[in-house]
Amino acid sequence: MLTYSQKIKDHFINPRNVGVLTDATVLGEVGSMAAGQALKLYLKLDDTEVIRDARFQVFGSPSAIAASSALTEMLKGKHIDEAARITADDISQYLGGLPPEKMHTCVMSMEALEVAYARYRGIDLETELDENGDLFVCRCYGIPEHKIERAIRDHNLTTIEQIAHYTKAGGGCNTCHPDLNAIIARVRAEMPSEAPKPAAPRPSGDMTNLDKMRAIQEVLDREVRPGLAMDGGDMELVDVQGNKVYVQLHGHCNSCASSSATMKFFVEDRLREMVDPEIVVIDTTEHSDQLHAPPMR
Amino acid sequence: MTERPIYLDNNSTTFPAPEAVEAVLPLFGEIYGNPSSTHGFGQKARHELELARENVAKLLSCKPAEVVFNSGATEGNNTAIYAALDGMPERKHIITSRTEHASVLEVVRYLEQSGYRVTELNVDRLGRIDLDELKNEISGDTALVSLMWANNETGVINPVNAAGDIAKQFGALFHVDAVQAAGKLKIDLAEEAAIDYLTISGHKFHGLKGAGALFVREKAPFLPLIRGGHHESGRRAGTENAMGIVAMGAAAGLLNREMAKHVEHMKLMRDRLQSGLLAKCDDVIINGDQQDRLPNTVNAGFKFIDGEALLMMLDAANISVSAGSACQSGGLEPSHVLKAMNVPLSAIHGSVRFCVSRYTEPEEIDAAVEQISAMVMRLREMSPFGHTEQRGNGLSAEELEKHKAYFATV
Repeated sequence: MLTYSQKIKDHFINPRNVGVLTDATVLGEVGSMAAGQALKLYLKLDDTEVIRDARFQVFGSPSAIAASSALTEMLKGKHIDEAARITADDISQYLGGLPPEKMHTCVMSMEALEVAYARYRGIDLETELDENGDLFVCRCYGIPEHKIERAIRDHNLTTIEQIAHYTKAGGGCNTCHPDLNAIIARVRAEMPSEAPKPAAPRPSGDMTNLDKMRAIQEVLDREVRPGLAMDGGDMELVDVQGNKVYVQLHGHCNSCASSSATMKFFVEDRLREMVDPEIVVIDTTEHSDQLHAPPMR
Repeated sequence: MTERPIYLDNNSTTFPAPEAVEAVLPLFGEIYGNPSSTHGFGQKARHELELARENVAKLLSCKPAEVVFNSGATEGNNTAIYAALDGMPERKHIITSRTEHASVLEVVRYLEQSGYRVTELNVDRLGRIDLDELKNEISGDTALVSLMWANNETGVINPVNAAGDIAKQFGALFHVDAVQAAGKLKIDLAEEAAIDYLTISGHKFHGLKGAGALFVREKAPFLPLIRGGHHESGRRAGTENAMGIVAMGAAAGLLNREMAKHVEHMKLMRDRLQSGLLAKCDDVIINGDQQDRLPNTVNAGFKFIDGEALLMMLDAANISVSAGSACQSGGLEPSHVLKAMNVPLSAIHGSVRFCVSRYTEPEEIDAAVEQISAMVMRLREMSPFGHTEQRGNGLSAEELEKHKAYFATV
């Protein structure tokens, strides 16, 4: 059995925003019983095209439930155009990293969002599919060629196993494996050569320090720094040692002791929720002439 | 959340019987000799080992000399297959079934690449093999027929006696994986004369992990899988796992005395569980034949939900069950057993296995049924297929089409 991060378990056991939005502006649905997973994503937009409410119904594994729940949380408050840029990797990162075998659940969430967006903007996804003349490459899960091509490009995939993790294609009876190899060869030949990226983030259970630092930086960038910037401040990640996270406040923030205490708890809360429940945030902010370094122990 | 953890995964492994644990304790103390040594220390250990062999032989109604101790069922199945093929070098055909354990299927599929012809018998909707298919497929080229006595996922029992007779008519050797049968069904190898090899594993009947036994009939051909010593009369090299074997012997001894009582209890608990589930949950099917079935196993397919999701919710509530063989493939594929049975698409993803033991209590069953039905309802409320008005007539035309495409390939 796979091991899941605390955050995935939390979103699975206590999924946010489950249910139907009867007054939804737009609905995105993907998957089927045959595929073993399906998602209906309901979005309610206000006059300025900001997503005010997001709900979902899902049939699928624990990670499919967690990914859908995470996506609805990520969508709320975002403008629809900004929301449409959310990727499968973003959803996975929000959950502290899914096991590679389960990345297809984040891909499904992203696809439901795509369908909803296309429908809202009047883009005809169906026609696009027809013109591609796609047949199912993987008949077990009904996965067409363009989805496989896209996963290879988006996630820099090189093996059939990775394709199965991201799309489920090839994870069934294996008869499509020669076709998949041909698609990999063709798509990769078309791709600009670049340094290979890791195919999937690691689950937080066995995060390396580097991964952890990256995940923490991600949370700071997304959840903390934009708010501070509005007040002319900023927060720098100084170091991570085990579960101790050393940060430094800059700009207007570093002169105000009470706000820095509030910040510490706010940041700690976010990091505990998203990266590791054991995290302790240590504010190393001194007067501006102090060195930016963690205290020696 | 139940107060005490409830274990309903007894086909995976079982609670070690206190009697078995107690029997092993002296081996952590004064009885530490190597059973192969001729001195006093060794002979004491040897004595314990031979007592265990007698108990296991009695459980199987065979001769003690026909019992070869090993590390468990995976080794036993591997050994039996290679031994049989080695004994029939002129024959190049193997017959097994699609619902076998991986330790048989993966071995024969490997052998298929090196020149053997393999026939995997189909099963019907209830998980039963068809003896006529066996008769049609078997020939003078068939070296080995390998079938499980009872299936680990559904509990469905194979007609090993009749299948063995067919194998013998064609001079083929016959191997039976009896891992799930031991402790739950009567195994009488004096009566089942057609069986040449039979596999059991100690931890499946309240022994310890890491010890099993392979029955090799007196005249059957044999080839050791592991070489390097005279242990087990040259049939399995390596110092015996004395602790595991002694525990298995004690567990077998317990069964020799009171198996009928245990089976009666398991049946009661299983039926209580099944009728509870059927009463409390809508849209649930029981997978597999309910007549010829292990006394401890219920495989239930909850329509419109995912089995792994149910499993994890139950785990969070302190109830341990298993969802097919999903663990082997990272949860990507429905179980090969249920696929072979053509379990409907609406239920295959939501199929969960519940297995009781002689230690299961009625209060545990009642608490589990309560939790299971609540969680099935919760997952269905979440599911886009889970609402009555939507699922009314079963699958949509499009889903049916996909269903057919899916099963055309398996």
